[in-house]
Amino acid sequence: MKTKNCLFIAVCAFLLSGGFAFAQEAGAADKAGWGLYFADAVTPVMREIRHFHEWVLLPVITAIVLLVLALLIYVCFRFRARRSPQPSKTSHNVLIETVWTLVPVLILMIIAAPSIRLLLLEDKIPPADVTVKAIGYQWYWGYEYPEAEVAEYSSYMLCQPDAGAENGFKQECVDGLKAEKLPHKLATDTFVVAPVNKNVRLLVTSQDVIHSWAMPAFGVKIDAIPGRVNQTWFRAEKEGTYYGQCSELCGVNHAFMPITVKVVSQEAYDAWVKAAKDDIDAANKIIADYALEKTVTADVRTAINGEI
Amino acid sequence: MTGATQQTPVVDDNPTAYRQSDTLEQVSVVAHDDHHDEHEPTGYRRWLFSTNHKDIGILYLWFGMAMGVFGFLLSLGIRLELMEPGLQYFLNPHLYNVFVTGHGVIMIFFFVMPVLIGGFGNYFVPIMIGAPDMAFPRLNNISFWLLPMSGLLILLSLFVEGDGGGAGFGGGWTLYPPLSTTGAPGPAMDLIILSFHISGASSILGAINFITTIFNMRAPGMTMYKMPLFGWSMLITAFLLLLALPVFAGGITMLLTDRNFGTAFFRPEYGGDPVLYQHLFWFFGHPEVYILILPAFGIISHIVSTFSRKPIFGYLGMVYAMVAIGFVGFVVWAHHMYTVGLGVNTKLYFVLATMVIAVPTGVKIFSWIATMWGGSIRFELPMVWTVGFIFLFTVGGVTGVVLSNAGIDHALHDTYYVVAHFHYVLSLGAVFAIFAAWYYWQGKIFGVGYSNALGLLHFAVTFVGVNLIFFPQHFLGLAGMPRRYVDYAAIHEGWNYVSSIGSMITGVGVLIFFWVLIDAFVKKRPVANSPWGEGATTLEWTLSSPPPFHQFEKLPVVK
Repeated sequence: MKTKNCLFIAVCAFLLSGGFAFAQEAGAADKAGWGLYFADAVTPVMREIRHFHEWVLLPVITAIVLLVLALLIYVCFRFRARRSPQPSKTSHNVLIETVWTLVPVLILMIIAAPSIRLLLLEDKIPPADVTVKAIGYQWYWGYEYPEAEVAEYSSYMLCQPDAGAENGFKQECVDGLKAEKLPHKLATDTFVVAPVNKNVRLLVTSQDVIHSWAMPAFGVKIDAIPGRVNQTWFRAEKEGTYYGQCSELCGVNHAFMPITVKVVSQEAYDAWVKAAKDDIDAANKIIADYALEKTVTADVRTAINGEI
Repeated sequence: MTGATQQTPVVDDNPTAYRQSDTLEQVSVVAHDDHHDEHEPTGYRRWLFSTNHKDIGILYLWFGMAMGVFGFLLSLGIRLELMEPGLQYFLNPHLYNVFVTGHGVIMIFFFVMPVLIGGFGNYFVPIMIGAPDMAFPRLNNISFWLLPMSGLLILLSLFVEGDGGGAGFGGGWTLYPPLSTTGAPGPAMDLIILSFHISGASSILGAINFITTIFNMRAPGMTMYKMPLFGWSMLITAFLLLLALPVFAGGITMLLTDRNFGTAFFRPEYGGDPVLYQHLFWFFGHPEVYILILPAFGIISHIVSTFSRKPIFGYLGMVYAMVAIGFVGFVVWAHHMYTVGLGVNTKLYFVLATMVIAVPTGVKIFSWIATMWGGSIRFELPMVWTVGFIFLFTVGGVTGVVLSNAGIDHALHDTYYVVAHFHYVLSLGAVFAIFAAWYYWQGKIFGVGYSNALGLLHFAVTFVGVNLIFFPQHFLGLAGMPRRYVDYAAIHEGWNYVSSIGSMITGVGVLIFFWVLIDAFVKKRPVANSPWGEGATTLEWTLSSPPPFHQFEKLPVVK
């Protein structure tokens, strides 16, 4: 009777797949809420991350899981007590033990080569056209352009009025979400502005606790640590508005200090820099007008990787 | 227990009996009749002053299981909050952060470690190696009783000021400064540091006890290479504890002095470095994850061998794989820190070193399957959980290979992908092993059998529940949802909802487990000395169920 337990496992697997099917059925109504996979790549780094994941890692790990699953199913059926009443006494086999030690080593070497290439691409920072410094605070980001001489300005999350005002908790955010159809918990009042197809060097530090500056569409995540200046880089190849979030637990408002980067043409960037030296608000207006001029509406996508 | 003392351990002279090592062909146990043992204490004295490894093991088991339920309730709170976007239940996210921190701390230090190491380890290691008790029985007592004290401090910390102006500390179980120093001015953080000191001391004392016991108290003829794999796994775990915990203790002591006595180990404004703490923490923290899973490896080996009626395949390979995992586990810590700004060469080293761990882990997975190969497999309940373990641990293992690549980790670090990964190896790995071990040994420890139907229901509901919780979290992580978020963007709505439904199903599973226990202890089904038949060859099956208060006063001789 206990041999039926094997059948039982199969029933469990069926139930499980049923659960997922149901979930996806339910989600069909609102595709936007079912983010499954990486953001669309906007930088060479993210493109390479996706390639590495799609062409090397995902096939390899899927194959390994399926192999183990197939072996388990096979032994469970083939060697169940009823079919295999007399167990063998085999307890070692040097050949097969050597094989299953060496084959994984080979697989890992196959993974390691592109992995090293990807890491070098990410961490060897090319000569920069623009330098941006991001400073983490509890709970907002500050940005400055040390070479372009744009003084530090702060970037707060946009929120609905009096969000979370009860219980002594005050979200660190700026009223303003209501007016425009901007993605909740991602949109900010000011933003990083970067020229398209230019190498941007990003310097990241913090003034209080550790934060982390993350931009999924760029494949960038770098911790903001007080007393250190970390650097990384990106070259955004498509104009647009991109969102990221703080990615290191930094206290009460950890979930409410998002990051916005606007990638614009070199001309728009130059105009922004010129204006931003005196008046950051006026400069940001230029970027807003630039977006309108391109007859692309303000971002309404709720995805992390938005578009202008 | 009085009934048990009248039973006599059987002499197992079955010539077909075999053990982990095929060189051992016969096990003979000299029966000991402790009929006249008048020293068995009763009442609170039996438990509070206990020096008996089995009683202390039972204390650890119940303490750990109770804390596990507490930790589970915290995770239920987390999942309820995340079921929909917006702030539902935690109107002040500080409390949410406290739940996240508490869930991690409790599950690691007060559930998995006490149950696997203190519970099953204490109970079965001496029996399996043919010893009458642990080497230092009183040390064993203090090891256990430090733990509730440590838990009490954690509990106290919930009611005093921490960070963010609220009660309790919400900076995560990793206690990263400066959030845990200047960021958390209240005494909650100090209580947590002291709590870790105490539970660390408890674990170090326990580790000393295990190492001494295993090296010195094996029965005549029980050489190291005839020792059951659970003994090996506990030996390696004990070494990891002994080497890793002092570093952790040092790190959190530096936190304590930074907080209270004006030192500046981690304070950049005086020349310190917060990243130094992360190195110290993960030098402990990475071996810690192997501390959590190695005992599970040992248990799984026994169950696979028992229900396949075959000796474990590649015993030596299994031992060396565990030694290798323990050793390499000490030189890969910075793969938790790929985003802190390490140099590229440092990252390259940690990528390659981390990948190496996949090799011995693969050896273990394949050896388990090879043990089943050619066996005569009976799918008793412990075996069902074990097959579940092997598959789910593989799923968690391969996502570990993905994360070992620093280049990919720059995208996935601190997202739900990482949460999914370590829950697959721990929540679905270590915890499945705990349940497998529970069903395997419940009859032996307590002398009461479980209801197979209820146990199967427990498995089915838990299996479906935990997979629904954690598989979608891979999608959440790939789509960029950061960890430890009380609220999220609309893109993550769908899978968070599924995940929360899964946690409720798992909650039903926990309730069914209570039912299993109540049913077992009410109905008191008698359990044979060796209910799993001839596949079960370790020494605990030569004793009565439950075993006598003292076993092996005349040592068994292993040929």
